[in-house]
Amino acid sequence: MMDYSQFLLMPQEIGLLLVFLLVFIYDTFMPERSQRYMPIFSVIMMALYTIYCFCFPAGVGEAFGGMFESNAPTWVMKNILNVGVVLVLLQAVKWTNNDFVSVRRGEFYELILLTLLGMFLMISARHFLLFVIGLETASLPIAALAAFEKRYYESHEAAAKYIFTAIFSSAIFLLGISFVYGMSGSLYFKDIATTLIGNRSALLIASLAFVIAGVGFKLSLVPFHQWTADVYQGAPTAVTSYLSVISKGAAAFSFLVILVQVFGSAYSQVWEWMLYAIIVLTITIGNLFAIRQRNLKRFLAFSSISQAGYIMLGIIAVNVMGMSSMIYYVLVYIFSNLAAFGVIAAIERQTGKVTMDDYNGLFKTNPWLAFTMMLAMFSLGGIPPFAGFFSKFFIFVGACHQGTVAIYILVLIALINTIISLYYYLLVVKAMFLRQDDCVIPTIKSHWTERTGLILCTLGIIFIGLISCIYAYINGTVDAIGAMFAAIQ
Amino acid sequence: MPLSLAIVVVALPLLMFLFLGLVGVKMGRKITGVIGVLAMLVDTVLAYGVALTYFFGSGQGQVVDGVRQAVVVANPAWLSFTDTLVVRMGVLVDPIAAMMLVVITTVSLMVHLYSLGYMSDHDGNAEKGFQRYYAFLALFTFSMLGLVVATNIFQIFVFFEMVGLSSYLLIGFYYSTPAANHANKKAFIVTRLADLFFLLGIMILSYYTGTFDFDKLVFGPTMSGSLETAQSAISTAGGATFMGCSVMAWALTFIFIGGAGKSAMYPLHIWLPDAMEGPTPVSALIHAATMVVAGVFLVARLFPLYVLVQGAMNIILVVGAFTAFYAAAIACTQSDIKRALAFSTISQIAFMMTSLAVSSNQNALIEIHEGYGLGYMASMFHLFTHAMFKALLFLCAGAIIHAVHSNENSKMHGLHKYMPITSICFFIGCLAIAGIPPFAGFWSKDEILVAAYQRGLGWGIWMSMVAGMTAFYMFRIYYLIFFWKKHEVHDEHHKPKDQPWTMTLPLIILAAISCVAGFVPFHDLVTWDGKALHTALDMKVAGTSVVIALLGIALATVMYYKENKLPERMANAMRGLWTASYKRFYMDELYQFITHKVIFQGICVPIAWFDRHIIDGFMNLMADATNSLSFGIRRMQSGSIQAYVYVYLLGALLLGVITMICVIF
Repeated sequence: MMDYSQFLLMPQEIGLLLVFLLVFIYDTFMPERSQRYMPIFSVIMMALYTIYCFCFPAGVGEAFGGMFESNAPTWVMKNILNVGVVLVLLQAVKWTNNDFVSVRRGEFYELILLTLLGMFLMISARHFLLFVIGLETASLPIAALAAFEKRYYESHEAAAKYIFTAIFSSAIFLLGISFVYGMSGSLYFKDIATTLIGNRSALLIASLAFVIAGVGFKLSLVPFHQWTADVYQGAPTAVTSYLSVISKGAAAFSFLVILVQVFGSAYSQVWEWMLYAIIVLTITIGNLFAIRQRNLKRFLAFSSISQAGYIMLGIIAVNVMGMSSMIYYVLVYIFSNLAAFGVIAAIERQTGKVTMDDYNGLFKTNPWLAFTMMLAMFSLGGIPPFAGFFSKFFIFVGACHQGTVAIYILVLIALINTIISLYYYLLVVKAMFLRQDDCVIPTIKSHWTERTGLILCTLGIIFIGLISCIYAYINGTVDAIGAMFAAIQ
Repeated sequence: MPLSLAIVVVALPLLMFLFLGLVGVKMGRKITGVIGVLAMLVDTVLAYGVALTYFFGSGQGQVVDGVRQAVVVANPAWLSFTDTLVVRMGVLVDPIAAMMLVVITTVSLMVHLYSLGYMSDHDGNAEKGFQRYYAFLALFTFSMLGLVVATNIFQIFVFFEMVGLSSYLLIGFYYSTPAANHANKKAFIVTRLADLFFLLGIMILSYYTGTFDFDKLVFGPTMSGSLETAQSAISTAGGATFMGCSVMAWALTFIFIGGAGKSAMYPLHIWLPDAMEGPTPVSALIHAATMVVAGVFLVARLFPLYVLVQGAMNIILVVGAFTAFYAAAIACTQSDIKRALAFSTISQIAFMMTSLAVSSNQNALIEIHEGYGLGYMASMFHLFTHAMFKALLFLCAGAIIHAVHSNENSKMHGLHKYMPITSICFFIGCLAIAGIPPFAGFWSKDEILVAAYQRGLGWGIWMSMVAGMTAFYMFRIYYLIFFWKKHEVHDEHHKPKDQPWTMTLPLIILAAISCVAGFVPFHDLVTWDGKALHTALDMKVAGTSVVIALLGIALATVMYYKENKLPERMANAMRGLWTASYKRFYMDELYQFITHKVIFQGICVPIAWFDRHIIDGFMNLMADATNSLSFGIRRMQSGSIQAYVYVYLLGALLLGVITMICVIF
C-alpha cells in the first residue's frame, strides 16, 4: 500500500502538471475561434497557480524514499521561477499570436510548462536518477522551442547547436555520475556524501569535473558557454529570455544543492578551486566578449554569462548568507533581464531591429521603453538604488563571510569586472539617450500584455532592493537548512 | 482636539506634494493651485487646533505642577542600527513646536493664497510650472513641519536637509534664468557646508551621550528636571576634551554652525541675498519667516544643553550681535528692495540668536534666577512676530514688483497714489519691525533689549543702536518706494495698481496679525523650562527704545520723504563707507577670492591633475588593456559547433587534470 500523503510534499509540481493539462486540453479541444485567447488563458492559469503556491507553502520533508525533498528554500526557489515564467509568458502573448507562429502556439506554452516541471524536479531531487530525468526534461524541449521560428535560418541553427551541445554535456555529466556510482555504490545524495568523506582520489576529481561541466553547460559557465551566444541570438526572443533567466536560475539552485550536499566533503582544495577558476574565467570572458557585441540579444547572452559568474559567488561562499544571496540574486536577475528582453522583444516584434545602433535616439520616440531599458541596464550593472545593486552587494558580502584571503581576491576581481560591465551596459543607455540618428525607430504602440510585463519588471527593479524584508525573508528560510553547510567547514 | 492630530498636520502637506507632483501635472493649472490652498487651509485649522489644545486645553499630563510638559505623540523606530543606536521618526509637541506649527501653517497658507495671484500674468493666466510650484511649496511646508516636531536630533538633521532641498528647488524655480541657477547653487552649497558641521556635531554629541533623543538629552521626566538631564547628558561625556575645550563645547559649536548656515549668520549669510532670485512669495515663506529661523529653532531646542556650555554660548552671542549690526549697516544702502529686506531679515534673525545667547549666565549652574529664561522667551516671541511682519513686508514687496516689474527702487517712487492698500500694509509692517507700540515688533524687541541689558550694559546699548538702524532703513525703503517723487508712468494702459484680492487678502490678514500679535501672552506659554515667566514692561528700556526708533524714523523722513540732495551729499561725505556698505562689505568678493584663488588653485588644481593623470590614466590603461584583450580573443567564438565541443571537452578535462595535479601532488 503506497503512502499517498507524500504527494502532499509536491503541491507545486502537481499544480504545475494541472496547469499544463488545462492548457493542453484547451489547446486540443477548444474550437478554432477561441484559440486566440489561449495565450491569455495560459498566463492567467499560471498566474493563479503562482499566487496559490505563494499563499500555501509546501510541506517540509522527504518523499519516495528520500528521492524527493521539499523544504522552505526549495519552495521559495520554485516560487521565484514561477514568477519569472509568468512574466515570460506574458511577454510572449503577442508574439505567439502572429500569423507564422499561431498554428503552433499551444506547443510553446506546453513545452515551457513541461521544462519548468523538469526544473522543479532538478531542484528537489535528492537522487541522481530523478535529477537526470529533471535535467533532460528541462533541456530537450528547449531545442524545439529554439527552432520555433521555422521560417528563419538562424532559429534552426540555434536549435541544432543547442541540441548537440546539450547531448554532449549530458553524456559528460552521466559519465561523471557513473564514476560517483562506482565509488559509492549509491545514487542517493546522502549515501554518496557519507561514503565520499575524506576521499581525494583521482576518480572523485574526474567525476567532479564532469558534473561541473554538465551543469555548467546549463549555466553557460566558461568554458562550457560557447553555445550561448548563437542560441540566444537565433532563438525567438521569448525563448531566449526563458533560457537566460529561468533555465539558468534553476540550474544554479540545483548546482548548489549537488555541490554542497553530495560533494560537500570535497569542498576545500578541490571544487573550491575548480569553481574559483571557473568564476574568474566566466565573469572576465563574459565581459570581454560583451564589449564587442552590437546585436543586443548576443550582447545580453554574454552579459548573462558574466552574471552567471556572479551567481556562482553565492555557491563558493558555502554559507547561509551565500545561499540566500544567490536566491535573491536570481530573483533580481529575473526582473532585470526580463525587462531588457521585454523591451527588445517589443521592438523586434514591430520593427525587426535588434542591434545597438538601431536604438540610437530611442528616447526621443519611445521614452517609456527607453526608460525601462535604462533601469534594466542600471540594475544589471549594479547601480544603486536599483535592485541589482543590493543583490550584488549581498552576494559579495556573503562570499566575504567565507573568510579566506583567496575569496577576498576573488571578490576584488568580481568588483573590477563590475566596472567593466558598467561600460557596456551604459553603452546601451548612451545609444538610447545621447546618440542621434536619422532613421530612429518610430514610436511603437506596445501591446498591453507587453506593457504589463514591463511595468511589473520595472516595479521589481525599483522596489525589490528597497523592501529589505524580502532578503530577510529568504535568509530566514535558508537558515532553516543551515545545518547542511556545517559539514563543510 | 487630540494632540495626535499633529501627525495629520505634518502628513497632509506631504500627501499634497505627492498629489500635486504626480497627478497635478495632468490637471489644469488654476485648479491645482486651488486644491493646494484648500489643503493648506485645512492644515492650518488643524495646526491651530493642536496648538490651542496644547496651550489652553486640559489634556492629561500637559501641565504638571505649573510646568508645561513636552508630549510625544508618536515615535516609531525608523532605522535601528543596534539595540541602543536607534533613529526614530516621531512627532513631539512642546511649547516651541506648537508655536512653530502655528507660524509655519499661517505663513504658508498666506503664501499659498497669495501665489494664486502672484504666479499669474496680468490677465490672470497661471504661469508655466504652476503645478510644480505648488508641489514644491507643499514639500517645503512638510519638511519644515517635520523639522519642528522632531523628537530627536537625527530627525532634525534629515528634515534640515529636506528644507534645504526644497529651498534649492524653489529658488531655482525660474530655472531658465542663469541668476536663479547661480543663486540656488550658492544657497545649497553654503548651507550644505554648514550642515557638514551640524552632522559632525551630532556625531560627537551622540557618541558621548549615547542617544539622539531629546527626551534623554534635554527633557527630563518633568520639564523642570531638564537641567539635571542635560547635566547628566554632559557628564556622560565625561571630562573628555579636545584641543583644550570640552567635547561638548565642540559639539554644540558645530551644531550652531549648522544652524548659522540656515539662519544666515555672518559669515555664512552670503546665500540669503542671492536667494531673492526665487519668486517673491517663496522669499516670504522660506527666506523670511520659516526656514531661516531653523537655526534659531535648533539652538532653542538644545537650549538646556547650551546654557551649560558657556563657551558655545559666547560664540553665539558674538556672532549674533555682530551679524545684527553688520546686516543692518548693509540694509541702509541697498537699492534692490528684496535685497534690502533680505539683509533686514538677517539682522532680525541675529537679534533672535543674540537674545538666546544673552540668557545664559555664568551662574547658571548655581541658581536659576527669575530673569534667566527671559532671553529665550523673547527670542521665540520675536521669531513669532517677525515671521508675521516680515512675511507681510515681503508679500507687499512682491505686489510692488508684480506691478512695476523691477526690484530696483529707482523704478518705483511715488507709488502711494497708485497702490494705497499695499502702501498702508507696508507701513504697518515698517512700524512693527521698527518697534513702535502697540505693533507686534515693539513687544518682542523690547523683551530682547531687556534681556540684553540684563546681560550687560554694553550688549544692551549695542542692540539698541541696531534697533535704531532698523527703524531708519525700513523707513528709507518705505519712502523710496511710495514717496520721494512722482511716479513716472511709462504706459498709460498699464499703470501700477493694487493687486487682485487673492494677493490683497493675505496682506490685510498679516497686517492685522502684525497689529495684535504683540498681545499674545508668550511669557505664560513659551518658556524654556515650561514654567510661566513673570515679566513686566521695563519702562526705562521701553522708553529709550521707542525714542531711538522714532529718531531713526525721523532721520529717514528728513532724508527720503521728498526728493532732495541730502542722501547724495551724505553718501559723498562718507564715500568709502557708503560704497563698502552698498557692496555688502565685499564679502562676496572675499569668498570669490578664497574659493577661486586659494581653494581652487591651491587644492583643486593639484587634485584635478592627480585625477586626470593618475586615476584616469590608470583607468585608461585598464580600458585599453580590456579592449585589446577583448579584440584578441574574439576568434574563440568561431560559430562552429565542432569547435565548441572541443573547447567544452578540453575545458572539462583540463579542469579535472589540473585539480588532480594540485591535490594529489
